[in-house]
Amino acid sequence: MRFLHRRPHLEFQEASELEGPLLEVEDLHTSFASPRGPVRAVDGVSFSVDRGRTLGIVGESGSGKTVLVRSVMGLLPPNVAERSGHVRLSGHEISSLSASEMRDVWGNQIALVFQDPMTALNPVVRIGRQITESLRLRAGLDRKAARETAIALLESVGLPSPARRLRAYPHELSGGMRQRVMIAIALACGPRLLLADEPTTGLDVTLQAQILDLLGSLQRERSMAMILVTHDLAVVAGRTDEVAVMYAGRIVEHASTRVLFSRTRMPYTEALLRSIPRLSQPSHSRLRAIPGRPPDLSVRSPGCAFAPRCPYVQERCRRESPPLRTAGPGHKFACWYPVGSSEGDEALASNLEARVPAALTFAGRPELRAGVVSASKSGAG
Amino acid sequence: MAGSGTAHLRSGDALLRADHLVVEFASRKHRVQAVSDVSFDVLRGETLGLVGESGCGKSTTGRAVALVQPLVSGSVLLDGENMAEVSQKDLRRARTRVQMVFQDPISSLNPRRRVLDSVMEPLAVWHSGTKPERRRKAIEGLESVGIDPEQTARRRPTELSGGQCQRVSIARALMLEPELLICDEPVSALDVSVQAQILNLLHDLKDERGLTMLFIAHDLAVVKNVSDRIAVMYLGKLCEVAPPEALYLHPAHPYTAALLAAVPDPDPETQVPSVPLVGDLPSPTDPPSGCRFRTRCPLAAERCAEEEPQMREVAPGHFVACHFALEPLQPAGTGVSRSQAP
Repeated sequence: MRFLHRRPHLEFQEASELEGPLLEVEDLHTSFASPRGPVRAVDGVSFSVDRGRTLGIVGESGSGKTVLVRSVMGLLPPNVAERSGHVRLSGHEISSLSASEMRDVWGNQIALVFQDPMTALNPVVRIGRQITESLRLRAGLDRKAARETAIALLESVGLPSPARRLRAYPHELSGGMRQRVMIAIALACGPRLLLADEPTTGLDVTLQAQILDLLGSLQRERSMAMILVTHDLAVVAGRTDEVAVMYAGRIVEHASTRVLFSRTRMPYTEALLRSIPRLSQPSHSRLRAIPGRPPDLSVRSPGCAFAPRCPYVQERCRRESPPLRTAGPGHKFACWYPVGSSEGDEALASNLEARVPAALTFAGRPELRAGVVSASKSGAG
Repeated sequence: MAGSGTAHLRSGDALLRADHLVVEFASRKHRVQAVSDVSFDVLRGETLGLVGESGCGKSTTGRAVALVQPLVSGSVLLDGENMAEVSQKDLRRARTRVQMVFQDPISSLNPRRRVLDSVMEPLAVWHSGTKPERRRKAIEGLESVGIDPEQTARRRPTELSGGQCQRVSIARALMLEPELLICDEPVSALDVSVQAQILNLLHDLKDERGLTMLFIAHDLAVVKNVSDRIAVMYLGKLCEVAPPEALYLHPAHPYTAALLAAVPDPDPETQVPSVPLVGDLPSPTDPPSGCRFRTRCPLAAERCAEEEPQMREVAPGHFVACHFALEPLQPAGTGVSRSQAP
């Protein structure tokens, strides 16, 4: 209860009074200590999110997207070897704040919906207390008001008979209901920015659609900004304003959602898009899988991190790491031989001629499975 | 929905024929009928996709077919042989004809054993060949699923990625050359990029070995990619059985239409469809009377509460259990119109 009367460290202005983006992340680096040297999970990431807008962050497992979210939140485990860069919320630098100072930010300003609601909720505490906790501590509501607000929150996330559910334990709820409870907790103190880290992974497609619809409508009602983190480009397609694609700790392409899908530049984005099974494809059509797997982040190689798996790869890609270039308004990408350019077309054609396995897979030629193995060998570093 | 009946069973010689399967789980208070009168068949070399939400009984159906889940009633016929009549003594041998691949690739391998030992295990159990022969066969098995044995055979599952573990599980399942491979959500724990690799691998294996598969998943886009025929399951019953193209182009059951609409489309120009399906699956301890889907169905009428719909053919090879099957010209995910059952 001692936080109740604690003076806030930070004064945040009303959103409407502010100019500039709500969240600015600049050159963020986070690495972890490991026996094989530092693992660079986030390696120089910059982006910004405006008020009321939705940014999708997409990448495979191990691309650093979860660490990025946790770095923004200031929720990192103690074995962080290095953390640098800036995170500004409404103009305030929050990356240097201590945990006790961050309490003014968590919940009130930024809230997080975790990936796995079963492990994120406390299994031995009733749902009601888990929601009212922050209402009483942060918003300073009394017991009765907190309870009423909690019921209203559960109602707004579409939980049936909310008053009765307050007395339930997490294990008594289904996976979809638990994720709704997680969202209710995140929304309790009216955050301006909601971070949703794989909020629908592990849920059925029907529940996934329900939860994404719910997040979208809550966001519009509350004019919140949202960052939707996922491994599936199909999830962000219809539900975000902008998308950033991450690979090996870096943003490799960033554009408005329409542009990203219609004028894809980065071969990795293209490969991710092509690997999704679509209902419109005839059955038994061969999927364009990306050979190999993401690189080991503890090994720093000089060139582009995607080079070992890339169908467009050239000598230069293995030597020099491509910088983030601008392709149009708000569209940035990191590639020497971008998709849809004459250099890119030539690179792909020469790779097909040289029978580079990644290019053959890409072109849908019957690849040798041994080719996949050798690509994964080099991919693993 | 979800109705009973056997109109969709084919007369020819199916490799697998499941007849009126009923599986119950009982606790002190409740009896749950997880699978309630489900019948289907799979022809030799065919892949049947079984699709439905969590809790609909699709995994239990798979386990019943694999003879690891006792049946309350019904029968599993493998190549015409009734597995219920196989003596306890011969049952272990009979089980080798059906093998399974599970959802969570990492926990389905023993973390303390090396990959090669896990793959050799089925052969060791049956004392098949000498140890060097078993080893050679396991190495070949790993190679056939795209795992480099030199690099990986001595490793333990924790050192591998999810996709690699799933490849190892598939190699292990194929060691005894089963006639039927049951894949229970084999890709739902994997990233989309890795998912594509595993689906392609299953295609290749099917082509090379003429595998017969029962492929269980909740994502219709995935199921459509691998299946020759799809069965949609809801709350312990089948709703619709059809070839993939027909199911996608003309879903006849409102539940199928809802499942199709829920698949996210990787194209920002498509309108995100509002999901017609609301709420969770009803409790299987107390299923709705009549049609089990009626509590969430946009077409539900009085008749649905009173009378359980039976499987009927709406187009050649396309079967549905619904009183008000959608007009078989509706494209996926669009509005629903009513056509009275004949």
